[in-house]
Amino acid sequence: MLLVLEQCLNGLQFGLLLFLLASGLTLVFGIMDLVNLAHGSFYMLGAYFAATFVELTGSFVLGAALALAATLLVGMAAEVIAIRKLYGRDHLDHVLGTFGLILFFNELVRLVWGPAGMNLPLPPYLGGSVEIFPDVYYPAYRIAIIAAALAVALLLYLVVMRTRVGMLIRAGASNREMVGALGINIQLLYTFVFGVGAALAGLAGLIEAPILTAQIGMGENILIVALVVIIIGGVGSIRGAFMAAIFVGLVDTVGRAFLPELFRLVMTPAAASALAPALSSMLIYLMMAIVLVLRPQGLFPVDRK
Amino acid sequence: MSALLTARNVVIGALLVFLALLPAYVVLTGQFFPLTLFTRIVILALAATSLNLILGYGGMVSFGHAAYLGLGGYVVGILAKEGITSGFVQWPLAIAASALFGLVVGALCLRARGVYFIMITLAFAQMIYYVAVGLDRYGGDDGLTIYRRSQFAGLIDLSGKVQFYYLCLAMLMAVILIVSRLVNSRFGMVLQGSRSNDRRMQAIGFPTFRYELAGFVIAGMMGGLAGALLANHTDFISPAVMHWTRSGDLIVMIVLGGMGSLFGPLIGAVALLMLEEGLSRVTEYWQIIVGPLLLFVVVYARGGIQGALEHVPMRWNHLSTVMPSLVASIHVFPLPTLPRMRGRVGRGRLKDVDGRDKPGHDSE
Amino acid sequence: MTPNEWFTVADPLLQIRGLTKKFGGVLASDGISLDVPAGELHAIIGPNGAGKSTLIGQLAGEIDPDAGRIFFNGRDITHMPTHRRNALGLARSFQVTSLFLDFTVLDNVALAVQAHAGHSFRFWAPARSEPKLRQPARAALARVGLESRADVVCANLSHGEHRQLEIAMALAGAPRMFLLDEPMAGMGPDESARMIALLRDLKREQTILLIEHDMDAVFRLADRITVLVDGRVIASGAPDDIRADAAVRQAYLGSHEVR
Repeated sequence: MLLVLEQCLNGLQFGLLLFLLASGLTLVFGIMDLVNLAHGSFYMLGAYFAATFVELTGSFVLGAALALAATLLVGMAAEVIAIRKLYGRDHLDHVLGTFGLILFFNELVRLVWGPAGMNLPLPPYLGGSVEIFPDVYYPAYRIAIIAAALAVALLLYLVVMRTRVGMLIRAGASNREMVGALGINIQLLYTFVFGVGAALAGLAGLIEAPILTAQIGMGENILIVALVVIIIGGVGSIRGAFMAAIFVGLVDTVGRAFLPELFRLVMTPAAASALAPALSSMLIYLMMAIVLVLRPQGLFPVDRK
Repeated sequence: MSALLTARNVVIGALLVFLALLPAYVVLTGQFFPLTLFTRIVILALAATSLNLILGYGGMVSFGHAAYLGLGGYVVGILAKEGITSGFVQWPLAIAASALFGLVVGALCLRARGVYFIMITLAFAQMIYYVAVGLDRYGGDDGLTIYRRSQFAGLIDLSGKVQFYYLCLAMLMAVILIVSRLVNSRFGMVLQGSRSNDRRMQAIGFPTFRYELAGFVIAGMMGGLAGALLANHTDFISPAVMHWTRSGDLIVMIVLGGMGSLFGPLIGAVALLMLEEGLSRVTEYWQIIVGPLLLFVVVYARGGIQGALEHVPMRWNHLSTVMPSLVASIHVFPLPTLPRMRGRVGRGRLKDVDGRDKPGHDSE
Repeated sequence: MTPNEWFTVADPLLQIRGLTKKFGGVLASDGISLDVPAGELHAIIGPNGAGKSTLIGQLAGEIDPDAGRIFFNGRDITHMPTHRRNALGLARSFQVTSLFLDFTVLDNVALAVQAHAGHSFRFWAPARSEPKLRQPARAALARVGLESRADVVCANLSHGEHRQLEIAMALAGAPRMFLLDEPMAGMGPDESARMIALLRDLKREQTILLIEHDMDAVFRLADRITVLVDGRVIASGAPDDIRADAAVRQAYLGSHEVR
């Protein structure tokens, strides 16, 4: 039972992390109609920046804040220099152009930080375990992640639903031309949104860094999972991204933990250990396939004009 | 006759002659590296040509085509490990497995349009990547060594480098021929029409889904063949072959060479791999150039090399496209009298693509 | 003319019954009913926003009706996919030109022929050398007057030629009935006159449902006219009756002087 609880919490944590990534991705796609494959690169940069700044300043919080700012700046710079040349083009062009950016960022990181990864040690106040229930311990850092990610989700919700900027974002997602016609400085809006998306990805990266260590190419694999999330949730929908992210996080984590057990109930241990790892990686894609068959526009689609 | 002598045709002709005569150079000079390199180029060109059928002509941007390279390769690898080394069994099974995967995934992906299609093909390809990683019995992440190449009952010996090269070249030419017939047939007209204006295709009475699915499957089958060839070439197969970034490479080759043209993928494969080879000898951080270069091509030179050649009267004005390959050739094809540089300056993508740990490249 | 007689005819080719479609708060189609017998040229007119595009969309299969039925040649096609309606003999042209711009004119029409010439799972023989496809295509082009432009790439045609090609594409499938969506859109007086002549020629052998704004053309060509306002049929009958109908005059024809 305890194991289930622990895995559920892990799943929740992974899901919230996915939400941070997916929300940036879906925001950019919803408003600028741009598929940004290099989104994972900002995830990676966030991790590397954090490792460097924490080492320089000695403070986890300060280092993280600086890393966020740095990723935001890099994101906005990338938008101004490269991304804005791709607006309005074929989706193939988006995909290829941002693919080129991935190559560039990977090598840039290798040039600046070297091929070996970087560690980001946890400060002592986040290192230990917390007793969440009597006799039940859970790593303090993971609880901090859950809390932080929920806070960001709430902040995002408030900004999108309650502020003027948020209104522009929602308007842009359902009717792009209209927003342009309102006389808003679209270029600035786009740069800002792209930067925020990058910062969200960077936040996810710096959060994961203590657990996974910062590595070149770490963004590529998680990007796919983020794509699965927004396909299941409905592209352009932040609410969809949230629901789908939690769902995918839980399915993936709990599935990987318990599928071997489940298999052992119905087949030989040898077969179970051969099949289980392969099949548990397939779980989230099977979910995506089911959604595609039953509801291709996603579970919480945005009404588009 | 002069109408045939366009810059484009001259380049293609010269390339084909070069490919046919390459083994002669290799045998004369004893430098086997170019043969290894170009065998790989030819195999990847085959994969890119198969993708071009649905991407360039059919307008279906599949970002998961490398999955077929992996599928074909793993069928060969797994069968070889289990003791079945006959190519007559392995290769048809590799193609059949690819057809099945293409059918299932295509049926799901083709329900979506535009960017959703791209994302979903990407996701499914990555799924199969993770499945391969999970196959502990067959090496998982480390990959699977193939100790015996596909046997064809003495008809051809795949371990002979020159024989194998010519087999790959023949397969490439066959695939190009098949694609050329396909795109001009009734079937090809439907594919091209769907790319051009799907709504109109529906309006004039075509149930486009079934034709697109068929195209998807056919392209997958040819990709599977490329996978079987690749596994034999490297005597090794690992999940890295089908990582989604490898699918990106295939698309880059097509765009670089010129989409929707028969020889574009071949030109693109040659250009890209020669560029990587050449650049990697100049600097360890060559990818930092390839990335922005790709972005540049996408934004400013969409027609690729073929597009550029179309604007060339018979003078070689477009050195910018020819130069990198020329520079690379000098490094790849050393004159017999110059001492050959052994080992590599930096980590080359060609090797890492297969997931091998060995530093340097095999220079025989 | 009582409401019940508005739309019923004996042996109709196309039957529309109570077609209703709502978009958010807007009722684009409000219980439209209409019969078109074989051989008739039936025009649909109405001010902007009357719901003509929605009607065509539902007839063509691109929009799903909320209620009502559509019968074509006796078969219920209300929820049938577009390509199957075309296979049954219902061809349409588009108001905003929708062609295969990178193909030649002949290739465009040959594709339309191909859709009705058996299956297309033929992988080897070049489609461009099939007389079975090329000849009917050339015939259709000749019919609309484009045969001299057969080998021109579609993107290089003039707007008027695009509109002609639209008709040729619809013709190529040898349909039972045409849905023509503003074929004269964007045409100057010479081109319009040519189009009217073409439609008059087609009218002799085809059944046509014509949506048009050009009143001149409508009153010259139509056997019967239906007037749509705010998604509803307010009048339907012979051209002279429509001209004289008070409700129609008030709602629509007031600003158009038609003699």
